[in-house]
Amino acid sequence: MATAASTYHEEHPGGITRWLFTTNHKDIGTLYLWLALIMFFVGGAMALIIRAELFQPGLQIVDPHFFNQMTTMHALIMVFGVVMPAFVGFANWQIPMMIGAPDMALPRMNNWSFWILPFAFTLLSSTLFMQGQGGAPAAGWTFYPPLTVQGGIGTDFAILSIHMLGISSVLGAINIIATILNMRAPGMTLMKMPLFVWTWLITAYLLLAVMPVLAGAVTMLLTDRHFGTSFFDAAGGGDPVLFQHVFWFFGHPEVYILILPAFGIASQIIPTFSRKPLFGNDSMVYATASIAFLSFLVWAHHMFTVGMPVGGMLFFMYATMLIAVPIGVKVFNWIATMWRGSMTFETPMLFAVAFVFLFTIGGLSGLMLAIVPADFQYHDTYFVVAHFHYALVSGSIFTIFAGAYYWLPKWTGHMYNETLGKWHFWLTVIAFNITFFPQHFLGLAGMPRRIPDYALQFTEFNQISTIGSFVLSAAQLLFLYIVVQTIRGGNKATTQVWEGAEGLEWTVPSPAPYHTFATPPKVS
Amino acid sequence: MSSIFPVSSDGLLRLISDVGLVLLPGLASADYGPSADWGLNLQRPVTEIARDILDLHNLILIICAIIFVVVFSLMFYALFAHRKSRGHKAATFHENSMLEVVWTIIPFAILVGMAIPSTATLLRMDDVTGSDMTVKITGYQWKWRYDYLDYNVGFFSVLSTPREQIENQADKGELYLLEVDNPLVLPVGKKVRFLLTANDVIHSWWVPQLGVKKDTVPGFINETWTRIDEPGTYRGQCAELCGKDHGFMPIVVKAVSDQEFAAWVQQQKELMAAADKTWGMEELMNRGKTVNNQCIACHRPTGQGVLGVFPAIAGSKIATGPIEEHLKIVMDGKPGTAMQAFAEQLNDLDIAAVVTYQRNAFGNNTGDLVQPSQVKGLRE
Repeated sequence: MATAASTYHEEHPGGITRWLFTTNHKDIGTLYLWLALIMFFVGGAMALIIRAELFQPGLQIVDPHFFNQMTTMHALIMVFGVVMPAFVGFANWQIPMMIGAPDMALPRMNNWSFWILPFAFTLLSSTLFMQGQGGAPAAGWTFYPPLTVQGGIGTDFAILSIHMLGISSVLGAINIIATILNMRAPGMTLMKMPLFVWTWLITAYLLLAVMPVLAGAVTMLLTDRHFGTSFFDAAGGGDPVLFQHVFWFFGHPEVYILILPAFGIASQIIPTFSRKPLFGNDSMVYATASIAFLSFLVWAHHMFTVGMPVGGMLFFMYATMLIAVPIGVKVFNWIATMWRGSMTFETPMLFAVAFVFLFTIGGLSGLMLAIVPADFQYHDTYFVVAHFHYALVSGSIFTIFAGAYYWLPKWTGHMYNETLGKWHFWLTVIAFNITFFPQHFLGLAGMPRRIPDYALQFTEFNQISTIGSFVLSAAQLLFLYIVVQTIRGGNKATTQVWEGAEGLEWTVPSPAPYHTFATPPKVS
Repeated sequence: MSSIFPVSSDGLLRLISDVGLVLLPGLASADYGPSADWGLNLQRPVTEIARDILDLHNLILIICAIIFVVVFSLMFYALFAHRKSRGHKAATFHENSMLEVVWTIIPFAILVGMAIPSTATLLRMDDVTGSDMTVKITGYQWKWRYDYLDYNVGFFSVLSTPREQIENQADKGELYLLEVDNPLVLPVGKKVRFLLTANDVIHSWWVPQLGVKKDTVPGFINETWTRIDEPGTYRGQCAELCGKDHGFMPIVVKAVSDQEFAAWVQQQKELMAAADKTWGMEELMNRGKTVNNQCIACHRPTGQGVLGVFPAIAGSKIATGPIEEHLKIVMDGKPGTAMQAFAEQLNDLDIAAVVTYQRNAFGNNTGDLVQPSQVKGLRE
């Protein structure tokens, strides 16, 4: 096969056509990661606009309709443009190497899965320039009707964009499943796979199950808006709450799609820097599968105040509380991995440890939200905003940073600057907590979500949160600098890179050759 | 539960909550208003349900905090003691089935413990039976309407914070964004049933101190209830994104004694029957200015409108021309634009008042006076 491959194209193509037409999993991984990094700054800028307006009571900077566009677009971009593409980028780079495969199962489809994204985000972002016709979507990333039906043309563009994003995700998921199930090296049974590969296998099934549901929901919105249907309109026999059910049936598994790969990355990094195998590898697999299964049974916990029969509320409360069990098992297993290890704290490990600590705060506030009577006070307040930022930023984003620092030496052949990495870590972690911890108090004190202006007693915590957000954003410029610097040069990385690193990717040279494992390795 | 333990589960909950309050002052909740700056906990409850919720919240928080401290003490110990720089050598163990079972079962048991009081409180919240009166709450973009179904009294409740404060041209009052023209007045100690719906998009009616939050869904009716224990004024906000002024449609509930409530109902009925009465200019102007708050979102507090988007009232042909045209556009709206038909939303007195106001304010000075009976006549 190797000879057939090398007559097919130049060994190392160059120029813009390389990036447009590549079918190489490493190149495609790089493309996804760069897209995610660019969108991170776009979404981050929107967050700064939000936080700047919220620095003081009163309307200073933007009008309420534009503010709603910012909250909506910030979320859409961070969820669909940063976290998901970043994890797919890691999947592309790492899965083939970790299982000893030469590439993904469907390399050409892999290319298309990526290239849909820049067009989808151009479509979505273009709505910001349509302010005369209502601007970008402004009904929240959750898009509830009837409010969404009032939206201008930006909403229709967003619906099309979401369809494109969904197609990209579904094609990517198919590719990942086909690769993992069919292309593992001989001897690598499923239970011998690295946990990152396991978490991505399960995530891919979640994507296949729920992205079509989102597509259905937004299509029903489109037809309600323009083609005379009344799915969500009581006057025509429909129900606005139907949308919420369909959306959250997608939406809840979606948040597990956003976190399961993070669990996988943490499960690679913590053993490496503890110089000790992952504790309870089999339990970790079962726990991940349980989380994925349970994620389909809890969607209505996003809707407790909508007017649900008490039996429904009780079921969803119990099911949601139950998810705490497998997640707790994972946290205990990570700590047991560290326990009596021989730890060092390079930047990847710093981010991984911070993830375990801070994500658990997000998990515990999630448990509080599951308690229905209490949720009646928390729902649609800043308590929820604090919860999901603890889950998504210290959960997904920190593990993305951790994985980037961990694997950059393998990808580029250079060590990143450890001192700068540590600066990035501490600035980020401290600023993150300054930004989001006070938001718990704001929610409890009574501040609703998605408001551009607030009553006077919310001023102090909002000011602290805004200051934190500006420091947090500035710290990410340091990350950009570190990444560019590492690509361009730095101390030479060895093959193994990290003393405690284990796995097939640490057996190929650094930087990893353009084609690896053209012949599959034997795994014992 | 009470047959097994010497204390009822509610009593136990309250005990834990009170102990927590003593040990950790931060667990005390604050009233609404400027004294609530730096508030760390839920607002002070004034109903039994709100009190139950606060107790439940404190209990869950304490349990979560204890678990968090125990688990992460272990992790931080490991981070310090089990590090290479201290010479610690790595062990090789990597699984323990008994441990996995133990740390699955114990959390599960803790969750069951949390679920029991939560279920009890939820079942209490769900019981709407035995109410003394019913109020229908309708969410509008961007105001609330309250209709007392037992008394045939109804009115809108609109944010009354002056626009100048929002736009930073005047100092903000203490109750900035938490004040309305017509609060919901309720009697203390009576079980009030709420029927909730909306006129346009989904809103949510939330008053933290009452422990009540319920979405208002257009075309559907939701139900909840409250029984307020002490007189006072309780403030809340809309809790579901409903468009541009989602942050500007607060809720104010004024709980009063039975006698005061009866007197207030009587007063409201007289106002509603106002159509047959003849009203003076000053009364109409005062009332009209308040009603005009519903117009300023588009037409602006100065009546200047927004160039190219919302027409001005100041100096407009409609506000200075024939009265009937002015009445017609307020009552029927202008199809194809954002100008709603207010005939169903406003009563005769309010329409007469706001039209009178608009014809005399903003420099219009027509001297016109519109009686509610004229509005009533147009409806037929």
